[in-house]
Amino acid sequence: MKLDPRIPAGPLEQKWTRYKNTCKLVSPANKRKYSVIVVGTGLAGASAAASLAELGYNVKAFCYQDSPRRAHSIAAQGGINAAKNYQNDGDSVYRLFYETIKGGDFRSREANVYRLAEVSANIIDQCVAQGVPFAREYSGYLANRSFGGALVSRTFYARGQTGQQLLLGAYSAMMRQVGLGQVKLYPRTEMLDLVVVNGQARGIIVRDLVTGEISAHAADVVILATGGYANVFYLSTNAKGCNATAIWRAYKRGAGFANPCFMQIHPTCIPQSGEYQSKLVLMSESLRNDGRVWVPKKKGDTRKPTEIPEDERDYYLERMYPSYGNLAPRDIASRAAKRMCDEGYGVGPGGRGVYLDFADSIRRLGKHVIEERYGNLFEMYERITGENAYETPMRIYPAPHYTMGGLWVDYELMSTIPGLFVAGEANFSDHGANRLGASALMQGLADGYFILPYTVGNYLANTKLEKVDTSQQAFRDAQKEVEDRVKKLLSVNGKRSVDEFHRALGKIMWDLVGMARTEAGLKEAIVRIRALREEFWQDVRVPGDASDLNQELEKAGRVADFFELSELIAQDALERRESCGGHFREEFQTPDGEAQRDDANFAHVAVWEFTGDGKPPVRHSEPLVFEVVELAQRSYK
Amino acid sequence: MKLTLHIWRQKGPQEPGRFVKYELDKVNEHMSFLEMLDVLNQELIARGEEPVAFDHDCREGICGACSMVINGIAHGPQRATTTCQLHMRHFKDGDVIYIEPWRAKAFPIVKDLIVDRSAFDRIIAAGGFISVRTGSAPEANSIPVPKDVAELAMDAAECIGCGACVAACPNGAAMLFVAAKVSHLNLLPQGQPERFIRVKAMVEAMEREQFGSCSNHRECEAACPKGISVSFIARMNRDYRKALWKTVEHQGGKAEGISQFRG
Repeated sequence: MKLDPRIPAGPLEQKWTRYKNTCKLVSPANKRKYSVIVVGTGLAGASAAASLAELGYNVKAFCYQDSPRRAHSIAAQGGINAAKNYQNDGDSVYRLFYETIKGGDFRSREANVYRLAEVSANIIDQCVAQGVPFAREYSGYLANRSFGGALVSRTFYARGQTGQQLLLGAYSAMMRQVGLGQVKLYPRTEMLDLVVVNGQARGIIVRDLVTGEISAHAADVVILATGGYANVFYLSTNAKGCNATAIWRAYKRGAGFANPCFMQIHPTCIPQSGEYQSKLVLMSESLRNDGRVWVPKKKGDTRKPTEIPEDERDYYLERMYPSYGNLAPRDIASRAAKRMCDEGYGVGPGGRGVYLDFADSIRRLGKHVIEERYGNLFEMYERITGENAYETPMRIYPAPHYTMGGLWVDYELMSTIPGLFVAGEANFSDHGANRLGASALMQGLADGYFILPYTVGNYLANTKLEKVDTSQQAFRDAQKEVEDRVKKLLSVNGKRSVDEFHRALGKIMWDLVGMARTEAGLKEAIVRIRALREEFWQDVRVPGDASDLNQELEKAGRVADFFELSELIAQDALERRESCGGHFREEFQTPDGEAQRDDANFAHVAVWEFTGDGKPPVRHSEPLVFEVVELAQRSYK
Repeated sequence: MKLTLHIWRQKGPQEPGRFVKYELDKVNEHMSFLEMLDVLNQELIARGEEPVAFDHDCREGICGACSMVINGIAHGPQRATTTCQLHMRHFKDGDVIYIEPWRAKAFPIVKDLIVDRSAFDRIIAAGGFISVRTGSAPEANSIPVPKDVAELAMDAAECIGCGACVAACPNGAAMLFVAAKVSHLNLLPQGQPERFIRVKAMVEAMEREQFGSCSNHRECEAACPKGISVSFIARMNRDYRKALWKTVEHQGGKAEGISQFRG
């Protein structure tokens, strides 16, 4: 597997400009001869589909939801970063770049991250022009808030529904192109395989989730914007339908999978309340701007939080990280919460929770200010827990949230399969080993609005593409494989439901491949995942049939892929003998319990190559070259 | 707690549907309504029956996928709450619960509790946007938006497109949905150039679908999980009236929705 990141030459701050000046363009008359498949309609997918259609390409957009507007980007709450420096507090492109690299614990590519910081300002311009109702000052100018891992205030937001508003902006831009006939939309349609012809990605196999019909679609370029894979944990903040099938099928067709073990456990989620729990709900990290995190100083303290006096509380984030305090990055805040609970200071059922307290802010700013900033989050908290967080502190606990790992892409966001581009959370590119808050929205839209429209054009202008159609052998073979797989899932006819298997897998992943990992634990995880996967194929029960709307069948296919991916995650975590960002190996920590990187041996991207079912995958690496940033121990103290 | 559920089962769009009764015990007050249905579905799978199909995804009240009429009320008894955010603490032991899909001519039933809401997407495609190409936006702070205007636009923009307004309306009208999008964009300075052509295009698209007309029942506002106000409907009607005059003046009455948005 060849891993050429194809980073343009020249000084860091000129790379993207140079690329844009020198990349090849497709003439307007020729654009309409090309077709592009976009899978996934979240921020990255919808913005890419809209922008490419505006340029004149013929776009087909696919999503599993009944409407593209429901993609899970919609659930992002807190905000989107941009280096606008509207606050005059010292922000700049360089600072956003540096904080993102540092936040990712120096495991991302300088050139990609710099470009991300560079286009961040354009994203805000674009979204405002689309009518995204960002928060405003009384003057009418844009307001900002601060976020974890940053010392400046650069986050733009729309109440607690920033993701929703940004997605509706991208969705509306895409729907405009649907109306104009430039985008053809396929909702309730799931991609089940990638078709590679002569080494190039030339199409996909999909299943119509209403009729069950399996069909093939051909194109000149395939873009995957299908999100992350945190649902391997079963319980996560992702939507129930979020899955890894598209990227996993692409991996099995030859796309390298990068850093699968880099996953983010978000510190502020509502704790689990019972065994029937189907998902975990996140409370925006922005709450940490005005909320203080604490646990009682006494172990197993059962008093009501409001009855615990000030000097008997441990505001542990403020104590351990005085300069960032409650705004320490997510990986650090999550591990600190786990440590407090492991040591017996946790609160709530099972001692799996810490307090997030707004009493001070309410006293300082007044309840109305807190209500204006976070009203909808407080309401949501009350709906779920039945508690009023204006009067008693929230209880929070970490939960799987985001996956930094994903398909490997070069500077142009192209995978190791020519013609297969990967955008948003589905790729591995910009967040290293830990993503900072409000950066996912930034990356998704950067990829879709401002990067792919250039790089896809450059690929098409430089590539000779033979004519393909879906009657060719490669399409027929891939379609047959998908049909056989569906039949196989339905024919097992065992005793246990898909959910039972998924829960069991999630428990292995959470216990052994979660926030703290050890060599022994990871080895055990691999053995147990394999055993469970065997059982799955012998004992799963998928009711109904293939030619119908069958939600159990949909889940079964996704869980089958999660099994394979989970094993790769554990293996990647095992091979990365260091701690960095969200990947914490207990064997590698500093004396005060922080992640201990090993830059001499692991300053690289681990890229896994599929070699066949039942055969061990091969680990390749792309060295990370830092020309501008000096590698440093990440400190938030 | 123990519940008796009457759930609408329908194999496909052309098949007849009916209520099927299920008894369910071991329901916990901390469960969400959908988790309660998950438990039922697991039991059905274990018994070799087909589980109940229903739309759901984010399960945190924002994607707008879940869509059930619970005891005659769209999204159930708790105000301003989606089905996925409704928790079983609002029910008690021994309750009898009727669960149905959205009922509206414009939302045909696909299966069980799942309906086809693609009419909403078609209305957005007709004009629910500001026509700005990627790349042609001016610097964001060059368009100041008064705070109260931005807040009001945001009140409208919060719509999650679930369709409860249509399900709750005795006429099956989509006025609240359309009005929310029209108001969001027509309130903002960025939305002014296409203000009248937008409202006309969207209203006409709405009328092409099978939605009913508004007769001021205000059931939509009561059912809306985001509490969107019917005053936006008045706002839309006002703009629509004006649009009829404007388009006659400026385009000789030839405005035809989508076709006007080229470029």
